[in-house]
Amino acid sequence: MIKVLFFAALRERLNCEQYQLACDGVSCVRDVLTQLKQHSEKWHQELSRIELLCAVNQSMVNHSAQVVAGDEVAFFPPVTGG
Amino acid sequence: MTVFVAVQTDDFCQASEYDELRRNAKCGAIVTFCGLVRDLQDTTLSGMTLEHYPGMTEKALQDIAYKAKSRWELGAVHIIHRVGHLKPNAQIVFVGVASAHRAAAFNACEFIMDYLKNQAPFWKKEHTTEAEYWVAAKDSDKLAIARWEH
Repeated sequence: MIKVLFFAALRERLNCEQYQLACDGVSCVRDVLTQLKQHSEKWHQELSRIELLCAVNQSMVNHSAQVVAGDEVAFFPPVTGG
Repeated sequence: MTVFVAVQTDDFCQASEYDELRRNAKCGAIVTFCGLVRDLQDTTLSGMTLEHYPGMTEKALQDIAYKAKSRWELGAVHIIHRVGHLKPNAQIVFVGVASAHRAAAFNACEFIMDYLKNQAPFWKKEHTTEAEYWVAAKDSDKLAIARWEH
């Protein structure tokens, strides 16, 4: 399984904090997104936002980054700390 | 180099952090920065909630501190960022840098804040008396790191 996390505005819009995804057919972040978008029209719309950021195992990555079973994949809007 | 990173709900004391940074006898300069909650809109801001990604946040701040160390000769770096609910005028973030000379301390402090604003997973939600909304990321913050990347 792959542990998927959502934060901030994205978490609220999806009404989901954490999601367990089966790893069949998943080899990179792009594949994770493709699977998640099938959840609903709402998820498809929210996860298609161009500004969406992604981290694998708590390091910021781009959509071509590799994902394997047991990984933690997080999606979130641009950060606004400081 | 000493690196101290903390993500906490509690407030921090700038004077205590400054005293800690002064312990490094080889350093002749200390630069500190404090970020506060301010009212950005015309409406009445009642406060702000800071959300973060536990685990990744601390790691991102450590990475930023070491990235600064690879560019300048630094004696110590302290980064403290608060999370949870904060009232107007509350302290949000502290960055303190100690170095042998002032140029490195000034530059590293700005560098750390610029990267923190773009790479550390924190999100602000502002609360006014009428509504609450997520703060949008600013293009000026994205542009700020461009000057360090050449």
